[in-house]
Amino acid sequence: MTPRSPSRRQLLKAAGAAAVVGGLPARVLSAAPPAVSATPELIAAATSEGKLNFYTAMDLPVAEKIAKAFEAKYSGIAVRVERSGSERVFQRIAQEMGSGIRNVDIVNTSDAAHVIVWKRNGWLAPFVPSDVAAHWLEQYKDPDGTWATVRIYLSVIAYNTNLVAPGDVPKSFAELLEPKWMGKLVKGHPGYSGTIMTATHQMARDLGWGYFEKLAGQKVLQVQSSTDPPKKIALGERAVQVDGGDYNVFTHKQQGAPVEVVYASEGSPTISSPNAIFAGAVNPNAARLFQCWLCSREGQQFLVDTTGQYPAHGEAKAHPSRRPLSQIKLMREDPVEVEAKADEIKARYTSIFKV
Amino acid sequence: MATLDSTQALAGATVPTARTRLDLSTPVMVLFTAALCVLIVLPLGWLLVFAFRDQAGRATLANFQRLLTDPTFVEPLLTTFTIAGSVSLACGAIAAPMAWLVARSDMPARNAVRIIVTASFVTPPFLGAIAWELLAAPNSGLLNQAWRAVTGAPSEEALFDIYTLTGLIFVVCCYTFPYVFVLVANALERVPGDLEDAAAMLGSSRWRTARRITIPLALPALLAGLLVAFLQAMTLFGSPAILALPAGFHTITTKIWSLFQYPPKPELAAAASLPLLVLTVVLLRAQSAILGRRSFAVVGGKGAAPRLVGLGALRWPALALCLALLCLPVFLPYGALVNAAFSKVPSQLLTLDRFTLRNFVFVFSEVSATKLAMKNTFLLGAMAATAGALMALVIAYLTSRAAGRGHRVLGFLAMAPIAVPGIVLGVGLFLAYTRPPFVLYGTLWILLLAYITIELPAAYQQMQSAFHSVHHELEEAGRIFGATRLRVLKDVTGPLLRSSLVATWCFVFVAVVRELSAAVILFTSQTKVLSVLIFDLKESGDLAAIAVLGLSMLVLTALVIVAANSLLGGGSAARLRNN
Repeated sequence: MTPRSPSRRQLLKAAGAAAVVGGLPARVLSAAPPAVSATPELIAAATSEGKLNFYTAMDLPVAEKIAKAFEAKYSGIAVRVERSGSERVFQRIAQEMGSGIRNVDIVNTSDAAHVIVWKRNGWLAPFVPSDVAAHWLEQYKDPDGTWATVRIYLSVIAYNTNLVAPGDVPKSFAELLEPKWMGKLVKGHPGYSGTIMTATHQMARDLGWGYFEKLAGQKVLQVQSSTDPPKKIALGERAVQVDGGDYNVFTHKQQGAPVEVVYASEGSPTISSPNAIFAGAVNPNAARLFQCWLCSREGQQFLVDTTGQYPAHGEAKAHPSRRPLSQIKLMREDPVEVEAKADEIKARYTSIFKV
Repeated sequence: MATLDSTQALAGATVPTARTRLDLSTPVMVLFTAALCVLIVLPLGWLLVFAFRDQAGRATLANFQRLLTDPTFVEPLLTTFTIAGSVSLACGAIAAPMAWLVARSDMPARNAVRIIVTASFVTPPFLGAIAWELLAAPNSGLLNQAWRAVTGAPSEEALFDIYTLTGLIFVVCCYTFPYVFVLVANALERVPGDLEDAAAMLGSSRWRTARRITIPLALPALLAGLLVAFLQAMTLFGSPAILALPAGFHTITTKIWSLFQYPPKPELAAAASLPLLVLTVVLLRAQSAILGRRSFAVVGGKGAAPRLVGLGALRWPALALCLALLCLPVFLPYGALVNAAFSKVPSQLLTLDRFTLRNFVFVFSEVSATKLAMKNTFLLGAMAATAGALMALVIAYLTSRAAGRGHRVLGFLAMAPIAVPGIVLGVGLFLAYTRPPFVLYGTLWILLLAYITIELPAAYQQMQSAFHSVHHELEEAGRIFGATRLRVLKDVTGPLLRSSLVATWCFVFVAVVRELSAAVILFTSQTKVLSVLIFDLKESGDLAAIAVLGLSMLVLTALVIVAANSLLGGGSAARLRNN
């Protein structure tokens, strides 16, 4: 439905990503508009729109908490959260845009490759909150201002502490192939979840597809969203998750569930989740105000404090009970390659896991 | 055409004063045929077009070639037939004896059993599947926990594993057997008592009477029920969508659904739906061949109610058996849902410590999609039920009384959607109504069209079987007195069919509320319905929220049905009968 041929902008993005990844000094001319803060005019315009359609892949309770916090700060703007897995959000937006339905105002996806496609299609409206201009690392914002990363998290191994003895806790992805984990694993699906799509790409690149072929022999319980494996281990339905959001494990642990994160010795897949405003938004000012708020120090700190995710804002303080990213071995994220290989990854995964 | 004197009484029906001269049945039939053409031929036509072309729009047979050679299509197809066949047989084995006990024996609490079976029909298959996950997930399932607690079995062992093919077949059975039950129970009740009495007076034994009179008269209903169960299981999306993925396989409907993930492949999906269409047409032909050979009009202007068979000492064991069976589709799953709705952890049994209303607060005051989805669902349910029941009434009248030359075409059109899985019809509607002349995608209208189209076959079948059971001699009496066909429909047949009509309304309403497969293709964020909201919640595993939403949806549905029956159905409020 949407063209996927490379374009100048994609190449710019590729250059940007390469700069992140390899530390290359790739400076490009920016087409980003001037930075904007939440001025009284913006607030008034947003309030007169009165509502906001927020499409997101965030865990629903988290997304609704954020929506409620925004509503409390700016009364008179009702946020409607449209939540499903990123790959389904992506499909939904393609279907709605293809049919001329303008419904999405602002989107948060956990598959950073999606903003590449949307931007190439000309669907995104550039908008740079002043906090993004001042406090964001280059790798977490589009040089042209069409998107900005609002949260960073990991896909991690995690386990139920009642079901796994301390001595048995797996330390690596490789250990999950041992016979003792047969029938005890749960994982998400890259056809539904952007987190898992991103993670699958990193794991297939670093560990090889052979890893997944062996994993498929372990009778893995296959669920959809990356937010579900943490729920399944919290329930005790399976002992160990192969992948799934670290912040979901964290929020379950906060609520007293017997779950614990493992940072695999091979590295943990990294996910940076961008927000983008749509050019056809019915409530453009509400979308801008929401972006300003979520990217403000206050909004970022709220996200960190309530969900334990890592902030993109340079001045927001990471959650004290989360291990700093600098002390975790990470797999390298590469949205450009995910964008190029998304269909291949889904097809290959489906042929290995039969679903 | 003869006129009807306004003072003349007409076979017990009230006669309006207006004179009626024209027989409108032909124009009405033309109108309905045209409407059904748009409703059905448009989406199916687009599906056919898509099945025979590639992504670039060129004519090709490659889709079918792939369908028959690619194991990722062949396996789901075979799995689907395994499921449908097993479900059909199992449903017959369970539902037929239970229907006999309810309809023809003196088992205690027969009406209560019938109502509970109806309740299991009200349960959406996806919700039932989720409830059974709560019960029989191998590790966290309540039944498995209980089993381990009682037997001391180690934590790796499970009594049940719902994430298997058998598990899926079981769950599909739970929510398909009411179809068979209702058809058989109603047929058994319609067997005329005087025929059985005559046989008994002529010295026939009870078994011989059953074998020669009762069973032959009820057999077509049983066969029809098995067929419906097969078709339902074959085209079901809800339960497989919940259980097949974790179990590690696809059915043809979940495969079709997966073809609409990005990048969508509607060509392959259209091709994958055609085998189902062909098979359904064949099965429906077989059914009409079975039913067509005999006359089953057993409610005439005369006749006696059938006699109940005394079970003697077996009365209470029979009830115990029924209630034990009803644990599976009703008591246990609802128990699990209530437990999950009020419990802090859905997989733990509710205690005072674990009691919480947090899940209700979350669903009703935090989830921003709840209110809109509720409104959309019940609005669409009422609209589709009203339109669907009235259309079914008129079409069934026209076809069952063979009132015109086009009646075969009309009947075929009304039944055609049964051959199309909801998800495929959803795609056909999507293709048809995202382009001129009717751009409806993104509105509630496209969902309304989908619901009417999907439920029309069932509504039509029910009204048709109701017409079959009313002997035409009553209508002929009206016609002899000079009333037009539509007048007879309104004043004679209509009142006789009122409870059937109300039941059909309820049937469509319930079916709309629980419909997922077409809605999941056709919804947009603004036109979301409850089933899709629950489906989305399932994707992220929010079991407690699902339990709250599912239970609320069922309570509201039940209230609507009770209201409809007491307002319209006269004395039959307590007996929702899908005859």
